[in-house]
Amino acid sequence: MAHSEIELSREVVIVNELGLHARSAAKIAEIAQNSKAAVWVKRDAEKADASSIVDILTLACEKGSKITLIIEDKADRPILEDIVNLIETGFGE
Amino acid sequence: MKGTDTQEIIIKGISASPGVCIGKAYLVDREGVEIVEKYHIEEKKRSAETKRFKAAVKKARDELRKIVEKSPKELQHAHILETHIAMLKDKMLYGSTIDVIKNEGVNAEWALKKVVSNLRELFQTMTDPYLRERSGDVVQVADSIMRNLVGAERVNIAAINKRVILVAHDLSPAETSQINLERVMGFITDRGGKASHTGIIARSLEIPAVVGLKRATSSIRSDDLIIIDGNAGNVIIHPTEETLVQYEERKIDYEEYKAVITRESEAPAESVDGIRFEVMGNIELPEEVFALINYGGDGIGLYRTEFQYFNRLDFPSEDELFDKYKDVVEVMDPKPVTIRTLDINGDKALENRVDSDEKNPALGLRAIRYCLKKPDIFKDQLRAILRAAAFGNVRILFPMISTYFEICEANRILDEAAESLEKDGLPYKRDIEIGVMIEVPSAVIMADLIAEKVDFFSIGTNDLIQYSLAIDRGNEQVAHLYQPLDPAIIRMLKHVADVAKEKKIKIFMCGEMAGTPHHIPLLLGMGMDELSMNPQTIPDIKRVIRSLNVADTRSFLQDVLKQKTARSTFDLIKATYGSILSEQLYSG
Repeated sequence: MAHSEIELSREVVIVNELGLHARSAAKIAEIAQNSKAAVWVKRDAEKADASSIVDILTLACEKGSKITLIIEDKADRPILEDIVNLIETGFGE
Repeated sequence: MKGTDTQEIIIKGISASPGVCIGKAYLVDREGVEIVEKYHIEEKKRSAETKRFKAAVKKARDELRKIVEKSPKELQHAHILETHIAMLKDKMLYGSTIDVIKNEGVNAEWALKKVVSNLRELFQTMTDPYLRERSGDVVQVADSIMRNLVGAERVNIAAINKRVILVAHDLSPAETSQINLERVMGFITDRGGKASHTGIIARSLEIPAVVGLKRATSSIRSDDLIIIDGNAGNVIIHPTEETLVQYEERKIDYEEYKAVITRESEAPAESVDGIRFEVMGNIELPEEVFALINYGGDGIGLYRTEFQYFNRLDFPSEDELFDKYKDVVEVMDPKPVTIRTLDINGDKALENRVDSDEKNPALGLRAIRYCLKKPDIFKDQLRAILRAAAFGNVRILFPMISTYFEICEANRILDEAAESLEKDGLPYKRDIEIGVMIEVPSAVIMADLIAEKVDFFSIGTNDLIQYSLAIDRGNEQVAHLYQPLDPAIIRMLKHVADVAKEKKIKIFMCGEMAGTPHHIPLLLGMGMDELSMNPQTIPDIKRVIRSLNVADTRSFLQDVLKQKTARSTFDLIKATYGSILSEQLYSG
């Protein structure tokens, strides 16, 4: 990879009280579904498809858990930013 | 089943919402879609089977859409239903089921059932109860598809026309949103846990609910007389006359208790002899402000600001911090917001290092020590606070001051921050109250000099106790020696309070000690002006204050100061104030 890891991935902490529950996962999936290539949510060793609500739910990210968002294509940087923003603002809950 | 009709039966479940209610059961459904047949689909018919599945998904989607359209927008159901609509087409559910039909040649019902049970297993291994129960969402979405596949009928919940206790195998948000909720006295379900939607809805409606009963729908018939004890998590079917009387009383007790709490949490905490105390909340995230207001907090006594420095590659900008502070300050205005400046080693927070090369981080480079070493980072935060101060009632609180020099330096940098804002022409407010945390023993001893530089003291008991008694609470060998009531601690608190009175500055407490009911008589006796605690404990502490006479607590404190051990101090509190403190809050 010519680009550094930092450009294609971002670490973020789940701040909203309920963690990544169905509604917040749905918001992430909605954004991720517009990506050019795959977008992943990684927690520890497990990886989930960010465009699938159910897959995100299986990661069981409670409040305070640290996740990494990974994109495969540089063109998806705005999508990465949007998701990070969404998570950092606690999904507006 | 005749003959057993009048037998009283008690089923134990999970309490999802407190309260007691007595009424007639209304059975909503049974496990209608649980039994699924499996049969083989030959290769050329598989695309037709896939189409049948897709049609069922579309029908389920249309049903949900209709319900959403009918739901009032502000209802939280509407959001959950939107999520369920999105989940209908989820890869892991929709895509996987189609894969199973195609690859394994089974009917759509069986394929869906297989996919769902695999997903459910995944969820079962989760440790977080709220998230574990989110498998309930997946199951409910799958159920709505399944019903359309097998053509199962549903009881029309919208048609309930009397006050009933709803009994269901499970209640999906789609179902609950159709219920005329004014008609429901309580909920009972076979499935679910504390964090299930049924529980959430019941708590928001303040009606009792018991869930996870497993055999409620098979034991209860419509029109059976039942009692829900949402406090204990019990359901009583066919109660005897005696049981009914007993629960009528419990119901009245609980309702009285609830009325008192709601009425009183708003009201000020005024002692029997008419002295008013401010009962404040400690928060970390802006979102917590609403809980604090709900619990009747008189302001924010401690706003921890570390969170924004965690898990990122750079320091938060002044604007970013300003936005966060401003949000909180504006919502709270005119009530005070006490912003504590950074209380960690910022470099370590950014690098996200849990392990540290400092042998003893509690005694290391942190809080004000770190900030004075990195004045640029400190100034960014101070500028953000001073700018937010223009939007409401802000106080600054400097943590971990251990020398006179440190408070002088902190004040000097604060002045510089104000001057630079003046130069930049940005709106700000410099004329705000400045305080220090008293949490290091040296600050207790130097309190008289430090007091000349500040407007208030805020005692952080957790660290003060740890540093004074030399106890690491995390070390189980010595944790039992961590005693807030140790005479050494009481004397220190008394000294700090006396200095504050003498120097005419305010005295607050924001440690755990302030949120513990049996410490309150002591703290009032010492003359604390404000107590700050976890928002949830505010109503209880307000209740305790209202039942105390401050003049009495002052003379009581004199007796306490004669005690030689933490044990005898505790016994004295119990002997003197036991009746007030044992007035247990209803364990809901």
